[in-house]
Amino acid sequence: MTELTSKTIAELRDGFRAGEFSAREIADSFNGAVAAARTLNAYTVETPEDALAAADAADKARGGGDIASLAGIPLGIKDLFATQGVDTTAGSRILKNFRPPYESTVTANLRKAGAGMLGKLNMDEFAMGSSNETSAYGPVISPWRRKGSNVGLTPGGSSGGSAAAVAAHIAAGATGTDTGGSIRQPAAFVGITGIKPTYGRCSRWGVVAFASSLDQAGPMAKTVRDCAILLEAMAGFDPKDSTSLDLPVPQWEANLSSDLRGKRVGIPKEYRIDGVPTEINALWDRGIEWLQDAGATPVEISLPHTKYALPTYYIIAPAEASSNLARYDGVRYGLRVEGVKSLDDMYSATRAAGFGAEVKRRIMIGTYVLSAGFYDAYFTKAQKVRALIKQDFRKAFEQCDVILTPTAPSAAFGIGETTDPLAMYLNDVFAVPASLAGLPAMSVPGGLDEQELPLGLHLIGNELDEQMVLNAGLAIEERARFTARPEKWW
Amino acid sequence: MPPGAPAAIRRGTMSVTNEQVRHIARLARIAMSDEELDRLVPELNNILGWVEQLGEVNTDGVEPLTAVIDQKLRLRDDAVTEGNIRDEVLANAPEAQHGFFAVPKVIE
Repeated sequence: MTELTSKTIAELRDGFRAGEFSAREIADSFNGAVAAARTLNAYTVETPEDALAAADAADKARGGGDIASLAGIPLGIKDLFATQGVDTTAGSRILKNFRPPYESTVTANLRKAGAGMLGKLNMDEFAMGSSNETSAYGPVISPWRRKGSNVGLTPGGSSGGSAAAVAAHIAAGATGTDTGGSIRQPAAFVGITGIKPTYGRCSRWGVVAFASSLDQAGPMAKTVRDCAILLEAMAGFDPKDSTSLDLPVPQWEANLSSDLRGKRVGIPKEYRIDGVPTEINALWDRGIEWLQDAGATPVEISLPHTKYALPTYYIIAPAEASSNLARYDGVRYGLRVEGVKSLDDMYSATRAAGFGAEVKRRIMIGTYVLSAGFYDAYFTKAQKVRALIKQDFRKAFEQCDVILTPTAPSAAFGIGETTDPLAMYLNDVFAVPASLAGLPAMSVPGGLDEQELPLGLHLIGNELDEQMVLNAGLAIEERARFTARPEKWW
Repeated sequence: MPPGAPAAIRRGTMSVTNEQVRHIARLARIAMSDEELDRLVPELNNILGWVEQLGEVNTDGVEPLTAVIDQKLRLRDDAVTEGNIRDEVLANAPEAQHGFFAVPKVIE
């Protein structure tokens, strides 16, 4: 029998229902795998008792015949989601020992669907980073290694713990969040699947805020089908989030179809950028062929403001972050530095000690671009360019049904190899435009590069059209037949 | 460079000084040593110099984006939906006294 931990969520669900194994057996397998993989530094907190309690409830429910959609499925939860009574730190020293008295809507939805929690997953501090190196807990180590090398690689970020956990089979699936690529880039780096839905599909309530106009939760899992299953459970209207979409959740799994006849795939010419390895462009070409094979017609499209997306993002996201992170003042929760002379000094000393270098850098940029005299030149200008980026996509979707691009401009890199902040930001060059436009987007594994590291393909859909993204993802998945696995060294 | 673009955003024309960065750190309430400030100035200038390329984009007559997905802001009844959870609210406070958040003395 295949190990339970290597099964997809769909296989676990179906096997559990058919009585092939119990939820307890599933939870035990994953709890054991989590404890044996601490070298990866993927989990910041392990909650085996939570996974077991959910499993026992699932086993009991199976006897009664009333089985919830994720009954018996143990998941890893990114540490950005507030989990009642369980440390929630967003990878930051400033939230050390913070135990929320409430549960985020997304994780509450997953619990209602019967899922258990294996633990909290490591991440870049406040989701600011592309390599997991900004975490106060130290970086997550990717289960992948370059051929013939034992150099530690990053799993990407900011949802790096989620990515590593799914790839190493120490979670059946995981929650991630994506502000400017934080689900998709790590999914690509470790050869798994991850989708960021349309902005507003998943409630932001109880998700530690980074940049509120961009933050979206989404699932990370082994397959497209697993992502559809998880997203159905995570999404839904929530009156507690003012930007939550008041729409029914589609039946994404039931409507999965890789038959793309009559569909047009947009290939944006501006995404052919200098300095991207030829292997990545070659994979992109193969992706086009795969979608053609599924019946789709490729069409060249233009997204003329693509090159301005990253600089726009690096005004808007830090601006929103500087505002959101003003709440960490040492008064209501988290760290407080004592022994200072005044309240003002307490704020400054607490924030100096509690935030890491990248978070400080972004708060500083954000504070600057919002400050008197610079607001219009930077922030208003960026929101205007953002409107143009949105308009580019609106026009493009008059000509096509889905857009295909590479997910990231490189494969995973080594821990400590990228030290220049700007070079790090370029990781998200293909991911950020869809974030600025609030569009659903997904990374699906496409193949390995010469170093035998995974590369991802990126699908961007029109507003609310997650189904098209999932279907095109499924068509790629069926043709790429990506089965490569990291050799277990941990 | 479109003629209407604000001078402040022309590429490479802006650069922040040590004194400005000190002021921003003060606005952001982050204590910084002189060494930290010295390190941060070129980093911020690098990033700001890079974002200034937005000055190339003609945005005349473009409304700044306010909602990424068009939707109406909902109104809700002005009613208490959760309450009487003072101890939960205070549970994570670094210091709480008599049912309040406690802070260092503000007035001498």
